[in-house]
Amino acid sequence: MSHQSHMDPNTMVIEMRDIVKKFGDFTANDHINLSLHKGEVHAILGENGAGKSTLMNVLCGLYHPTSGQILVDGKEVHMNGPRDAIDLGIGMVHQHFMLIQPFTVTDNIILGIEPTKAGVVIDEKKARQKVLELSERYGMKVDPDAKIEDISVGMQQRVEILKVLYRGSKVLILDEPTASLTPQEIDELMQIIDNLTKDGKSVILITHKLKEIKACSDTCTVIRQGKYIKTVNVSDVNENEMAAMMVGRDVNFKVEKKDMTPGDVVLDIRDLHAKDYRGIEILRGLNLNVRQGEIVGLCGVDGNGQTELVEVLTGLKKAESGSITMMGQDVYNKTPHEVFEAGVSSIPADRQKHGLVLDFSIEDNLIVQHYDEAPFSKNGILNREAIRKNATELMEKFDVRPRGAEGKPAGNLSGGNQQKVIIAREVTNDKELLIAFNPTRGLDVGAIEFVHKYLVEQRNKGRAVLLVSFELDEIMSLSDRIEVIFDGEITGSVAGADADEKELGFMMAGGKKSEN
Amino acid sequence: MKTKKGILDSNLFYTVLAIMIGFCIGAIFLVIAGISPAVAYGKLIDSVFSKPKYMVWTLVYAAPVIFTGLSVAFSFRTGVFNIGAEGQYIVGSVAACVVGILFHLPPVVHALVCILAAAIAGCLWSLIVGILKTKRGIHEVLSFIMFNWIAYYLQNYIVNLPAIHKQSGGEATENVADAARILLPEGLMRSLDCSGANWGFVFAVIAAIVIYIIIEKTTLGYQLKAVGFNKNAAEFAGINVNRSMLTALGISGALAGLGGAMQTLGMSGRLSQLAAQEGFGFEGITVALIAGSNPLGCIFSGIFYGAMKYGGSKLTMVKAPSEVVNIIMGCVIIFIAISQVFKTVFTSIGKKKKEA
Repeated sequence: MSHQSHMDPNTMVIEMRDIVKKFGDFTANDHINLSLHKGEVHAILGENGAGKSTLMNVLCGLYHPTSGQILVDGKEVHMNGPRDAIDLGIGMVHQHFMLIQPFTVTDNIILGIEPTKAGVVIDEKKARQKVLELSERYGMKVDPDAKIEDISVGMQQRVEILKVLYRGSKVLILDEPTASLTPQEIDELMQIIDNLTKDGKSVILITHKLKEIKACSDTCTVIRQGKYIKTVNVSDVNENEMAAMMVGRDVNFKVEKKDMTPGDVVLDIRDLHAKDYRGIEILRGLNLNVRQGEIVGLCGVDGNGQTELVEVLTGLKKAESGSITMMGQDVYNKTPHEVFEAGVSSIPADRQKHGLVLDFSIEDNLIVQHYDEAPFSKNGILNREAIRKNATELMEKFDVRPRGAEGKPAGNLSGGNQQKVIIAREVTNDKELLIAFNPTRGLDVGAIEFVHKYLVEQRNKGRAVLLVSFELDEIMSLSDRIEVIFDGEITGSVAGADADEKELGFMMAGGKKSEN
Repeated sequence: MKTKKGILDSNLFYTVLAIMIGFCIGAIFLVIAGISPAVAYGKLIDSVFSKPKYMVWTLVYAAPVIFTGLSVAFSFRTGVFNIGAEGQYIVGSVAACVVGILFHLPPVVHALVCILAAAIAGCLWSLIVGILKTKRGIHEVLSFIMFNWIAYYLQNYIVNLPAIHKQSGGEATENVADAARILLPEGLMRSLDCSGANWGFVFAVIAAIVIYIIIEKTTLGYQLKAVGFNKNAAEFAGINVNRSMLTALGISGALAGLGGAMQTLGMSGRLSQLAAQEGFGFEGITVALIAGSNPLGCIFSGIFYGAMKYGGSKLTMVKAPSEVVNIIMGCVIIFIAISQVFKTVFTSIGKKKKEA
C-alpha cells in the first residue's frame, strides 16, 4: 500500500521535550523527545517493555513526568489526569477496548458527555445524529443502535475511535490498533487513518508491525530500553533498518532451518468430531498427523475449529468422536495431566488465561507442572532454594527481563517477557510434541525471532511441533508442511517450501487446492 | 524518604489507621449517647489490661474467633469465599458436644475425640457446599448462607433431643463429660484466677502455624493457591481443579468446626438453644480481613477481637452500650476495605509534596 502524506510540517501540535519518567529506581523513559505535526502519522516503535506505553500515558495525563516538558500548540501544559488531556484534544484508543458490552454504540460514544434536554434527559436523537455525522465524515461504518456485544472487533475499534473524536480530539493515540484485527479490517483502519489526517488530525501509532509503519506513517520514533534512539522519515528507511534500530542489532527475518527428514508419526488424529461452546459441530472429521523432526503449520481463518482442536488435544475439552494417539498411546479425551504425561506440552494462545498464574511469582510459574516433583519439593514441602535456582537459570537462558525478578509476580512482566516465561517452561519440558498456538501474538520482532528460534530448535532435536497460527507469514516461514483448516476439516496440504501466499489464502477461504 | 514510603506502602500501617479511625467514629457515637469516650475507652482498656486474669479471659475469647478467622483467611487465600464459617462452627460445636456427652472415654483421649469430631463435622458441612459447586455449579456464597441457617436450626433441634437434653429442664444440653473438657489444670487455673482458662488459645496458635506452613511451604498450598488465583491456568497445567477446590473448602470448614469445639469444650461446656446466630463465623471474616488473610496475622487480629468482645462486655458498668464495640469493628472493616483509597491519596500527597 502506498502512503500519501497529509502532514503540515509548519504546524507543530505536540512537542515532548526530554521526558523522564522514573518508577522508584527504574527509569522507564530516559530523556525522550517527540514532536508531532498537524496531519502527521507518527509511529512509535520499540520492543515490548521499551517504554512506549509509559510515554503515551504521560502524554494522556495518566502519569506525571519526573522531568521534562510537554507543549501543546506551542504552550507548555501540566496535566493532572486524563480529563486534562481530553480537554487539550488528546485522545487515546487503548489496545484493550474500554466499552460497555450491553450498551449501544451511541451510548458508548456519548458516555460522560451526553447531550441532554433540559439538563436531565438524554437527547437520544441528537446523540445518534452526531454519531452518524462523525462516522460519515471519516468513513467509519458503524451501526449506532447495535449493542457492543453483537458487533465485530473491527467495529468496536471504530467505536473507540469515534469516542475519541466525539470528545473533540485532534491528536489520536492508537495503541497496537491492529493486534486483534483481520487483514481486511486492517486495510479499513489504514483508510480511516488516511481520512483522519486528511482532515487535519494527527495520529500517534504504537505498533511492532513494521509493515504497517511502512504502509501508513510519515515519521517513526524509535525507543529502546527507555532511551530515545532517533526519529526517521519512514520513506527513507526499510523494514530491516527499522528492526535493527529497535532491537539494537541486526534482526534475522529469515528463519534458518537445517534440512531434516521427518521420522515416525508422533501425533495422529483421525476423524475427530467436536462441538463448540454453543453445541454446534465445529470439528467435522478432522485428520492430521505430526511426525518427529517437523513443524506442521495449521493455517486458517480464526473460527474454523483451531481453538477447539487445541482444546481437545490438550485435554481442556471433550471431543464427540474420533481418535487421537501420541506415539501409539491413546490420548483421546484424557485430562490435561494425562495428556502432558503422554508427551504433549503446549504454548497456549491466551498467555494470561491459560499460560500463567499472574499473581504467582515468576519462579512459581516456572514449576507449575513440576511442583510436586524433585528437586522442587520433597514429602510435600517446597524447596524454595531449588525453585529459585531453576528460575535464575531459565531467566538467564531465555533472556527474561528484568533479571533478578524471580520472586516478583508474573503479572508485572511485559507481554513479551511473560511469553518468554511460558516458552522457557514448555521448551524445557522437552516433550515429544510441542503445540504452539499463536505463540508470537503481540510480540515485537526481537521476541518473535526468539520464539521462532526455539520452535526450530525443538524440531531440530527431532521433536514434533504443531504450530497453529493466524499469521500467514509465520506459518510460511516456519513450517515444513502446511495444513489448511477450513470449516472443521483439513482441506489442503502443501510442503512448506512450495507454499504460495495467494494459493494458501484461496484455500483458507474454502477453495480447493488447484490442480497445477 | 525511603522509610517513609515503606510505611505508606505497608498494609499494617493502614490496618492500624483503620482501627484508630474506628475508635474515633465510635467516640462520636458515644458522645451522641451522652457518654464520655474517655471514660468508656478507659474502661475498655482497663478491663482488658488491668489484671492478669483479664488478659487470660481475652485469650479465652480470642480462641474461637482465631479459628473461624483462619477458616475464612484460608478460603480467601485459596480463591473461595467461605461465608459459611458460621454454619461450620455450629456443626462443629454440636459434634463436640454430642460426643462429649454420649461417649465415656478417658481424659485427654475424650477431648481429642471431641475435637476430631468437630473438625470432621465442619469439614463435611463445607464439603456439601463444595460438591454442589463443583458438580452442579451452584455459587458457594449462596449455599453457604443457606447452610448457616440449616446448621442453626439443626442445633436447636439437637439440643432438645431427650438423649442429651438437660434433665432438670432449661433450654440447654447436659454438660459434656469432664474428660472432654479442655480446661487448664486445676492448680494453674486457680493461680490465674480465671475459671474459663483453657487450651483453646494454644490450639489456635498451633493451627495458625500449621495453616501458615501449608499455605506458604507445601505443594498442597501451591496447588490450592494456583487454582485460587487462576483456575484456567491451573487446569491447563494439569492440576485437578475440582479436587483442589474441595480440599480448600474441606480444610476451611474443619477450621471453623474446630472453633466450635474450642468454645464448647473450653468455655460453655454445653450447648444452649439459640435465639439468633451467635456470629462467631461472621466475626471470623472480620478477623481474616484485619489480618490481611495472613494465618499468623489471624492470631493477633483474633486477640484484638477477643479483647474488644471481652472488654466490650464490661462497658455496661460505665453505662455505655456494649454495642459500641460492634460499631467500632464495623468501621474498622470499612476502612480496611477502602484502605486502597487511602493508599492512593497518601502516596499522591507524598508525591505532590516532593514535587513542590
